[in-house]
Amino acid sequence: MKVITANFVTCSVKECKTSPSAFPLHFHDAELEMQELDFQPEFIRNVLPRIDWEALRVTANELGFPSLPESKPEGEALDDEQTLKDLHRLLLETQVMEGRLICGNCSHEYVLKEGIANFLLPSHLV
Amino acid sequence: MEYMVRLAQCHETFRVPELQAVATLVGVDLEIVSYDEYSNQSPYCIVKLENDEAARKLISRTILAKDISELWGQGTNYDELHADVKKRTSHRWADYNDIPFAFALYGFSGKRTQEKRVEIIKSFSYTGLTGPVQLKNPPLQFIVMEEYIGDPEASALGVSRITEPRKVFLGRFIANSARDAIDKYDLKKRQYISTTSMDAELSLVTANMALAAPGKVLYDPFVGTGSFMVAASHFGALTLGSDIDPRSFRGKDEEKGMGKNVQANFQQYGIESKFLDTFTSDLTNTPLRNAQLLDGIICDPPYGVREGLRVLGTRDGKVIEPVVIDGVLNYYRPGYIPPKRPYGFEAIQRDVLDFAVRSLVPNGRLTMWMPTTNDEAKEFPVPMHPNLEVIAVSVQYFSNWARRLMTYRRLPEGEVSDISKGRSNADQRGITADELNGFRRKVCAYL
Repeated sequence: MKVITANFVTCSVKECKTSPSAFPLHFHDAELEMQELDFQPEFIRNVLPRIDWEALRVTANELGFPSLPESKPEGEALDDEQTLKDLHRLLLETQVMEGRLICGNCSHEYVLKEGIANFLLPSHLV
Repeated sequence: MEYMVRLAQCHETFRVPELQAVATLVGVDLEIVSYDEYSNQSPYCIVKLENDEAARKLISRTILAKDISELWGQGTNYDELHADVKKRTSHRWADYNDIPFAFALYGFSGKRTQEKRVEIIKSFSYTGLTGPVQLKNPPLQFIVMEEYIGDPEASALGVSRITEPRKVFLGRFIANSARDAIDKYDLKKRQYISTTSMDAELSLVTANMALAAPGKVLYDPFVGTGSFMVAASHFGALTLGSDIDPRSFRGKDEEKGMGKNVQANFQQYGIESKFLDTFTSDLTNTPLRNAQLLDGIICDPPYGVREGLRVLGTRDGKVIEPVVIDGVLNYYRPGYIPPKRPYGFEAIQRDVLDFAVRSLVPNGRLTMWMPTTNDEAKEFPVPMHPNLEVIAVSVQYFSNWARRLMTYRRLPEGEVSDISKGRSNADQRGITADELNGFRRKVCAYL
């Protein structure tokens, strides 16, 4: 699972969808793999407005990345190639292969295996 | 300026909607000047475009067309055609002097002998082209296009076939379409497929309807073997897919390490940089947060003939209380499979529309396939939502059923669409797949 996907998902439990403490899900025992991909600045510029920056800072911190700036790069900051490259590396090239994602609201755990997260729920959480 | 798009002779009702979608996508103004909407058979579609550059842009992304030419003239017979060619282009003939050129002749529902072809081509000699004839890759190419009354139309209208075409056109060739991609993505040559994989041609068309393009995120919530992901990523979009059954996208356990999964297909086509993720989830309990995250949603929900439609929950609605086994909650133990229940046909469509409204950016697109039995063929009610505009509905017929591709646009806040003609069917009451799914019941009755 890429970091961008982690920023798009929260807990599958319906009651958690509206709870601020459910997002972002927290990584535990995460095993990372870096994968080199074509640099796609156009994509980063397009999706950056959809990224929840606070949540991304939490995730980056949990995965052991250096601290991200306090506010989301906007406007002229996006003309800086290094800024875009750093974001590309974090959002697209960083993959969590194994580990768990835990909801801060209901404490439910989602397992990540071979890069694939499982968001299915047992019947008492549906 | 007028141009002639030579459409592919298949998937007729998808062709003009695809051209319109591509025009939106590449940002050119397209006006359909003439198209045989009545029988939907003729490959000839005359359009108005700003210039050759716009024509090139349009055709470069179109799957259901062969090529585009600048229209030099048209008529119901050759005398009319020649008069029209002279009127439209005589002041430009000198511009094409000394350029190597060729003429080709193409007939729809009719053909000519070789001698007659030569005679027809020679009849254009008044254009006075001075360049040498070059048959292979000529820089300047003209296409004479004829349209006859075809057999289906002749029998439907009770008219007899005629030996002369009813319409003739002359076009100056501009560019070929993107049809080559169909061969590249042919399922026969794809590493990982299943019986329900959508064929390359319709996957690419669906991706066009969803306006897949570089910089965008597209998502398939019923991803299966990932045909739509691959097609959308071919056009440069980054794609995300999920399925309630992870075996569909990551392959069977016994075939592990054999490259039988969706990601392997991205590797095969050299588009791995466009692969975002696949994950296991159920649309009725989606983990995607409620925000405008997606540029497009592209899907063919499993309606329950080959693949039963299931969602999380128990058949009888009773909760199975968690138990602890060897100190671990049963649902955290390896190999745990959550209970699933059959789900209704109409319900999932409504869920997809609601999800699209929550998740698409303004003007983002939803493309959704839906099967119908032939008794629904005439008056087909389309599922609608006030925040979605129905852009197009195209249909592909089979012997005893049909399937439709519905394309919607997420309206920006403050705009609503009229949904009074929308589908209002409710699911039948019931628990089993057959009870819930009228389509499955009707189709299985034929099998």
